[in-house]
Amino acid sequence: MTHVLKIEDLHVSVGDKPILRGVNLTLNHGETHALMGPNGSGKSTLGLAIMGHPGYEVTSGSITLDGKDVLEMAPDERARAGIFMAFQRPMAIPGVKMADFLRHATTNVRRPDRKEGEELIPMREFRKELREKMEHLRMDSEFARRYVNDGFSGGEMKRAEILQLAMLQPKFAVLDETDSGLDADAVRLASESIADIGHQKMGLLIITHHDKLLEHNPPDFTHVMLGGRLVETGGKELAEELHQHGYDRIRKAYPDAEALNQKLLAEDAEEALA
Amino acid sequence: MSQTITHAFDAAGFDALLASQSEPDWLTTLRREAFEHAQAMSWPERRHEEWIRTDIRIFQLGKFGLPVLDPADCDLAETEPLHQLVEGVALGGRIETVDGCITKESLDEDLAAKGVVFGSLSKLALSHPELVRPYLFTAFDPDHDKFAALHAAFMSGGQFLYVPRGVVIDRPLHIGSILTDGGTDTTHTLVVLEDGAEATLLHESNSTDSGGAGLHLGSIELVQKPGSNLRYVNLQEWGHKTYHFAQQKAVIDRDCSLQWTIAAMGSSLSKVNQSVDLVGPGAHSQVNGVMFTEGRQHLAYHTLQHHKAESCRSDFLYKAAQQDKSRTVWRGMIKVDPAAQKTDGYQRNDNLVLSHHARADSIPGLEIEADDVRCTHGSTTSKVDEDQIFYARCRGFTRKEATRMIVTGFFQQIFDRITIDSVREALGAAIARQVREYE
Repeated sequence: MTHVLKIEDLHVSVGDKPILRGVNLTLNHGETHALMGPNGSGKSTLGLAIMGHPGYEVTSGSITLDGKDVLEMAPDERARAGIFMAFQRPMAIPGVKMADFLRHATTNVRRPDRKEGEELIPMREFRKELREKMEHLRMDSEFARRYVNDGFSGGEMKRAEILQLAMLQPKFAVLDETDSGLDADAVRLASESIADIGHQKMGLLIITHHDKLLEHNPPDFTHVMLGGRLVETGGKELAEELHQHGYDRIRKAYPDAEALNQKLLAEDAEEALA
Repeated sequence: MSQTITHAFDAAGFDALLASQSEPDWLTTLRREAFEHAQAMSWPERRHEEWIRTDIRIFQLGKFGLPVLDPADCDLAETEPLHQLVEGVALGGRIETVDGCITKESLDEDLAAKGVVFGSLSKLALSHPELVRPYLFTAFDPDHDKFAALHAAFMSGGQFLYVPRGVVIDRPLHIGSILTDGGTDTTHTLVVLEDGAEATLLHESNSTDSGGAGLHLGSIELVQKPGSNLRYVNLQEWGHKTYHFAQQKAVIDRDCSLQWTIAAMGSSLSKVNQSVDLVGPGAHSQVNGVMFTEGRQHLAYHTLQHHKAESCRSDFLYKAAQQDKSRTVWRGMIKVDPAAQKTDGYQRNDNLVLSHHARADSIPGLEIEADDVRCTHGSTTSKVDEDQIFYARCRGFTRKEATRMIVTGFFQQIFDRITIDSVREALGAAIARQVREYE
């Protein structure tokens, strides 16, 4: 059976403010989808809604994984069901070593029925696997002993997210600008790593502004988000077009969505000032 | 608390206590003085700086009886001791008390042969007055307040450790104190390390019922002679309806080293004065404090690092996390006497507030009378970040697991300073047990 993550007519609000206004997207296992769109269009919101962030309220529509209602699941249940998101800005957890964090996470995700307090994956077995994955990703072994994202550079955080992707082996992964804030070499390394770990092995939803990541992970579908809706869907040539020419054509073609997008951006700016 | 009170903290109770103890006259004299003082003293006033944040109006001494005076009366049936600090540790000796009554004591023969003394304070006061008398109540001040005076008058089940000059004890000693529901503990711990001696003492306090009521009126005195080295660990897990009043003080001389770790998890209300006097040049003390509260617990620690001699170092780190409607108070003071040049003093208190209704008071302070010193202090209070919890949940952690991990991470800095594996593990487990479900 091919796993399917299906999003239908999804409406999401933050506070009283509607952000997503009817998103439809079907992600089959093994497919790579690019999600593009100007700032403020709602790309990260979609990712956070898929993971179940408590601040993002689904006001209507559905998300299902192989027919099961994802919206009924707590964020940790979604993770255990095989849904993953690489965060644009991952959180630091001071005092908690990457290795300990990952050992617990990996155990929970691999044994979805595990109860609190039950045994974790044996230390020796886990360390071996972690070491192999880190070598593969050309990460220094010292990384495992550092506290989760604490004092990490932007690039280190993104690589840590990729390491988690590699360890957790989800069915579906949303990668939210996993290539941003990196220099050219780091982007290439991240792109290769993701291709190696995830391309065609998971269902990938890649949110990106760069072309490098999609060069290494050619999308089967490209979606363009504007004003909280997917206004166009195409193949990888659509991603190439947007990289070369930007969003002007899209903005003109969908004036209503563009107006909403501008409104949201203006409101965000106001809030930032307030 | 169903048992009736046989002996109360009054004149009749005092007489009964004296009658039950076979101890030397000088000790009885100390008790009588303290009892007179206690009778004459009022309870601390709310407006007093030390008590301004700690309300004891609901505390009624009359609700509590004296500690068990006769070991035969100890109810040992339900007092399976919790020995968390000693998991996998080879001990050199141990003392167990139940409701302030010593029920077991032992010391390895090789240590006794070297002159180490470890056992009941009142018995040893009789058999080894030359070791006990010069030190008892030298660090502890029975006139500090009414609680201290009451403790001095009614202390029972005390423990004494004496390590002779140059003797290094290579394995930890252990004291386990237990309170049954409604019980009273007035134990006094006196530790004396002669020149160059070394010891590790692990001390844990538990109630048979984690929600149990009770009263602890206690004191700890640590006396270190030049060049001695002490590691003292105190894990306090009294039942959550227990009152805990204590004065704890170390006096450390030239080139001494003291590592003192306190983990305070239990009691309904704690008021503890903890101080270290650095009285000889080159002394070094490190204090690690952990407080973790829940429900309506109120834990107040007043710490003092008193530099009386030059070139000493003191390093106090207290970390506290508060759940539910609980509150912690930490008031720290570095005091530097005019003679204490080249002092290096550090104090810090970090708080992690886990609930909107919890509260952390943090009041660092400096009183410096020397001009060539380096003293730094700091205090932080933060809340658990919902985004941290969400991030961990996206990696498969339940909310409780995420909270537990974040709290454990918060305390990691303290764990990193603790050099005894079993203590680190016991503290980690005690913290994990106390983490609640948040929704």
